[in-house]
Amino acid sequence: MPLLEAAGISKIFGKLTALDGAALTVGENEFHGLIGPNGSGKSTLMKCIAGAEVPTQGKVSFVNTDITAFTPTERARAGMSLKFQITSVLPSLTLYDNILLALQAHSSLFDLVFSRTRGALHDQVMTMLRQFRLADRAFDAAAALSHGQQQWLEIAMALAGKPKLLLLDEPTGGMSLEERRVTGELLQPIKKHCSLVIVEHDLDFIRDICDRLTVLDQGRVLASGTVSEIQANSSVQEIYLRRA
Amino acid sequence: MSKSMSAVKQAIPAEIGGGTDVAMTEGGATAQAVAGRKILPVVEGVVLVAALIAPLVLQDYLTVFATRVIILALFALSFDLVWGYAGIMSFGQALFFGSAGYGVALLARDLDITNIFLVLPAGTLIGLTFALLLGGFLLLGRHPSSVIFVSLGTLTGSYAADRLARGWYYLGGQNGIPSISSMTLGGYEFSEGPAFYYLVLGILVVVYLLCRFLVRSQFGLALAGLRENEQRIAFFGYKAQHLKAIIFAIGGAIAGLAGSLYAFHEGFVWPNMVGVVVSTQVVLYVLFGGSGTLIGAVIGTVIVEGVSFWLSDNYRDIWPIILGVLLLLVILFRPLGLISFVLGERERVGSFGASRKETDKEKRHAAP
Repeated sequence: MPLLEAAGISKIFGKLTALDGAALTVGENEFHGLIGPNGSGKSTLMKCIAGAEVPTQGKVSFVNTDITAFTPTERARAGMSLKFQITSVLPSLTLYDNILLALQAHSSLFDLVFSRTRGALHDQVMTMLRQFRLADRAFDAAAALSHGQQQWLEIAMALAGKPKLLLLDEPTGGMSLEERRVTGELLQPIKKHCSLVIVEHDLDFIRDICDRLTVLDQGRVLASGTVSEIQANSSVQEIYLRRA
Repeated sequence: MSKSMSAVKQAIPAEIGGGTDVAMTEGGATAQAVAGRKILPVVEGVVLVAALIAPLVLQDYLTVFATRVIILALFALSFDLVWGYAGIMSFGQALFFGSAGYGVALLARDLDITNIFLVLPAGTLIGLTFALLLGGFLLLGRHPSSVIFVSLGTLTGSYAADRLARGWYYLGGQNGIPSISSMTLGGYEFSEGPAFYYLVLGILVVVYLLCRFLVRSQFGLALAGLRENEQRIAFFGYKAQHLKAIIFAIGGAIAGLAGSLYAFHEGFVWPNMVGVVVSTQVVLYVLFGGSGTLIGAVIGTVIVEGVSFWLSDNYRDIWPIILGVLLLLVILFRPLGLISFVLGERERVGSFGASRKETDKEKRHAAP
């Protein structure tokens, strides 16, 4: 049984059909890349899965539950996490507090008011910061980070709640080559406990870390399969050639 | 004095540590970051000491005025929690203040209940209940409600309460409820003067410390997230609307407590007390002093009330214009309020997790 199954997803904004029956299936511990030319509906599909947009038609199932009508909070509580395309770390808080904010999301109100999980979560906060190479800046305001570091912080925050599925919308946007390479390294270890859906323009990056790919074109699925299958697919080559 | 000392002590665990190399990115870099000292506890201490000695140096009629200001500062705290910490724009905070005032006035008039241990909890409860009802309606949708919806909703609530109070004979109509008997404790009657002053000051300090505890807890961190990016924290799994409704209710309770003190101190309640004018006034106090810092709300109240008192004495005809211009200047050039002259952005937002000192200590322990 797949972890995530989105089927027949359509999304119409006024006269614009962003998605036209798109589908996506992700298994457990699978890194799944979502690619396609600009305007092919990748981000919209991601938003429909995460709950930031409500699909006009179609159904999203997650861990055998129909979550199409779930709010983002309910999806997060079911084990889904989203890293936004535009970094939305909380700039005036320290890195430490950004991570703590994400980690403590499931603490009870009583625990929050009396700060009862603060001590227990400390090690986890520092582990996450070390894992994402941010530990030495733990007490700086997040606004002081470089763009790449903010992206890492954002990924760390998205992973903090131990999600079953992480949705990454353009994680390497605006990063240098070196930062991209490190991002790939940072993502590898999470495969043990988490699946990943990743929207990305950088095809080299996606080829390196993904198991399977889905190619969207004009709101429809053009092809879906393993990386080598997709690379061999002539219609995929065609749309990328057409773009180039 | 001991209160200010304990306030200083309390602040220490939340300290970011040395603070010398804390990045100041918002242009709010102030000398305190360099010196590695904390400004907020100092400001709090100074204000407390000034408040403690005020009745000793002020003339009697000014102590009465100062008592009123302290009660309004308590009211301002409620708005600061709701707007400064949770980002809920409540333009109807007087609804909770005034309805509690009317509530205790009726208790005193019709049931002859004036015992402080009955009327203050009753007023607090009235504020809490009204805030739960209005907050539940405005904030607890399945999807987040917009700022405009909430501010218009609270404004309408306050306006409607004002009209209702004016038209309702039982509540005294336009004239309100005059000559409320004094608040009592056993045989003692609280009349205007130093005793009443120190009573409300004591209540303000206790409520202030409770608020301070709350906004510096992990709950306070959740509020900071809520204020900065509500959508983001919903994606973490926070029930953002619940957080808002809770803080709105707490704000209502504090406003209710302030309103019941106000009713007994002034000896009468009138429709303005639930209306838009008082609701707006509290917004100005907090914006003027600096929202999102509890002490800013207190300072804002003292300064706005103090300045209007002085201006109305000396410039009888044009003082509202002068006050208005002053307020505009502050809001234009110091959007974070007067407190931002001494308080840096980093300290204002604060730190919620372990301190750098603790972490360093841990490292040293781990090293050998």
